[in-house]
Amino acid sequence: MALAIGVTAGLVGGYFGNVTRNATEWLFNLVMTFPGLITLIVLMPLTRGDYRWTMLIYGVLLAPGTYRIVRNLVVAVKNELYVDAARVSGLSDLRILGRHVLFVIRGPVITNTAFLMGTAIGVQSGLAFLGVGSKEVPSFGLMIASGFGNLYLVPLQFVWPSILLGLLTGSMVLLGNSVRDAFELGRPKPQKLAAPPVAVGAQLSDGVASSTAPSTDGGAGGGTAGPLLSVHDLGVAFPAGDDLREVVKGVSLTVGPGEVVGLVGESGSGKSQTAFSVLGVLAPEARITRGSIRLDGRELIGLSDAELRPLRGRVVSYIPQEPMSNLDPCFTVGSQLTERVRRTLGAARGDERRTVLELLERVEIPDPARVFASYPHQISGGMAQRVLIAGAVACRPRLLIADEPTTALDVTVQAEILDLLRGLQKDFDMAILLVTHNFGVVADLCDRLVVMRDGEVVESGSTREVFAAPRHAYTRSLLGSILDEDYFDVDVLAKSVGAGR
Amino acid sequence: MTALLEVEDLRVRFGRKGLRSRPVEVLHGVSLSVGVGETLGLVGESGSGKTTIGRTVLGLVTPSSGSVRFAGEDVTAASRRTRRRLAKDIQVVFQDPYTSLNPALSVGDILSEPLVVQGLSRRDAQARVRGLLEQVNLPAGAAERLPREFSGGQRQRVAIARALAPSPKLIVCDEPVSALDLTTQAKVLDLLAEIQTRTQVSYLFISHDLAVVRHISVRVSVLYRGDVVETGPVRDVISSPSHDYTRRLLLAAPVADPDKQAVRRRARRALIESQPLEKAG
Repeated sequence: MALAIGVTAGLVGGYFGNVTRNATEWLFNLVMTFPGLITLIVLMPLTRGDYRWTMLIYGVLLAPGTYRIVRNLVVAVKNELYVDAARVSGLSDLRILGRHVLFVIRGPVITNTAFLMGTAIGVQSGLAFLGVGSKEVPSFGLMIASGFGNLYLVPLQFVWPSILLGLLTGSMVLLGNSVRDAFELGRPKPQKLAAPPVAVGAQLSDGVASSTAPSTDGGAGGGTAGPLLSVHDLGVAFPAGDDLREVVKGVSLTVGPGEVVGLVGESGSGKSQTAFSVLGVLAPEARITRGSIRLDGRELIGLSDAELRPLRGRVVSYIPQEPMSNLDPCFTVGSQLTERVRRTLGAARGDERRTVLELLERVEIPDPARVFASYPHQISGGMAQRVLIAGAVACRPRLLIADEPTTALDVTVQAEILDLLRGLQKDFDMAILLVTHNFGVVADLCDRLVVMRDGEVVESGSTREVFAAPRHAYTRSLLGSILDEDYFDVDVLAKSVGAGR
Repeated sequence: MTALLEVEDLRVRFGRKGLRSRPVEVLHGVSLSVGVGETLGLVGESGSGKTTIGRTVLGLVTPSSGSVRFAGEDVTAASRRTRRRLAKDIQVVFQDPYTSLNPALSVGDILSEPLVVQGLSRRDAQARVRGLLEQVNLPAGAAERLPREFSGGQRQRVAIARALAPSPKLIVCDEPVSALDLTTQAKVLDLLAEIQTRTQVSYLFISHDLAVVRHISVRVSVLYRGDVVETGPVRDVISSPSHDYTRRLLLAAPVADPDKQAVRRRARRALIESQPLEKAG
């Protein structure tokens, strides 16, 4: 009963506009104010102890709980694109609700129903125990009550029905859960790896290595003599079933001091996982199976989180793809940056604000003071990305890892951010490892590029050479699928604008 | 040429939360038209209102003024009944293939549902679903599987098949390839073009990416903050843009060639310095 009323009203209340929703809300709030058990007892003369009537009324009283759950689920599902798509297909509201919405939300509803059944049995027994129910129909409550009456004669008599009652309620919940699981079969569950982590290739943690840091005054260039970052034969695997599935299969690359290297590939090519391993922030179930990562001459693989922490921010820094989801919505931009500056730079309290404002100005934010006091939702995506860049370069890192830094942004904003990165790179003589799928971005910013496919490096070389004469078939096909093959038009425009200056 | 879809002086306002805040107008009188078998590209950045135009044409957003005419009939404020009839003619492909397919239904059910609603029998619908899957180059066995078993590109094919199911005259494509990889993008665009030559369907093709629009459409409208600033044949708009914003948009897209990109970058900087456009808030 609770189910029928609650689900229907929840669907209607959640799906339709404000007026209907408010109406149902009021109605159910009203019902909710009735104290359940007392109402039942008061109404007892009316129902004459018949358990069916009692349960019917109890059902109405329980409906608001179900209603709330269903309503909230429906409101969430209603804005999904497939509901829009169904509407465009010309489906009626009733059909959309029955087929699309109800199908998706049934899981939690089933669990809730099982729980309700348990409660209903409990309440019924409680009533019978109090002696307000019919004496003719046998029930748990009656049994417990008579057991209780004979407590001194047969002490265990009331225990058995009580235990049984508990078991019944418990099994109801279990049943509900399994019914739900049966409906949603085959959804892959994340699994923890049982096997111990695979032995790390080279356990090099000699302190001597860190002191042999290459000098930075060598400037930009090929830099194979003393690479800042050198990844050698790196393998990263994820557990898949009982096996390990390698997503990065022996990747080697180097980034010289002050060099900009593009790491290019399609989704699933392992480019992000490679970048994450350098930062030491792989997902907990991922395993580094082989290889070595040397940053500034120091082996990173095998270092603990605590040992990595001083490196992050000072030597290596990170810009994420989604600027918005990487800022905490609860704190102002200023306080988030201040915290970061304090932690990594150890600046004095009074100076922090000035330092942050200088940083914001450096990343070309027009009104630093206003942005400093804003919450993340008050600034645009481009601004948020600038803020994150400011945080990343706060301590003048030697290496900046940027994971698709402009993918979520508009083209005009993307161009501005790229300009900014170029400027910062020159000023700070900072190396950048740029993870991207956009060859235009690579052409704009990078000295060298590394092309990855299926976890392997297929081609690497200087940007100019690779673009002019790609050696590998895959690189050629990637470059071939770039859509602006007739960019001549724009170049004419570019020249005319450039000349007209 | 009689236009299939005509949008005239369309204005849309969205109410904001709170008592005293005034509604925000996101479209300030937009006009455009799409002919039979034609593709109109609609380019704009986020917040320019391009998606809102698509949703208004689909009847998912009610405009505050202006009109939308489809095949000569005013459908601006069509009733649900008319809408359902129109569903046969106007379809949609959304941007995100991950949320636009109901995760609880099999691909076969997703595709056959609109057909059954249009009055086809189960058996006919199933036959048609097989034909549709073939049209979008998916294996026939795909019908029994769930959307999550497919990759992004394959899901987008399913979404295209769903849009094709009632043999519509117009498909609103809202950023249909933005969430896809480069090679997949090219394949899906080729598929859309091929379907158009075969069925003479019209596309209203919404995208933020000029390269994509240039690839598929003949005419293009550039949208900037709720206004159409420029409309014309793609070639003309690209080689001699009349509006500053279009110029800026064109030069901002990086080209996959280090030397040409350097030229383009300098031109963009020069343009910005010579004519500072008001900054986007």
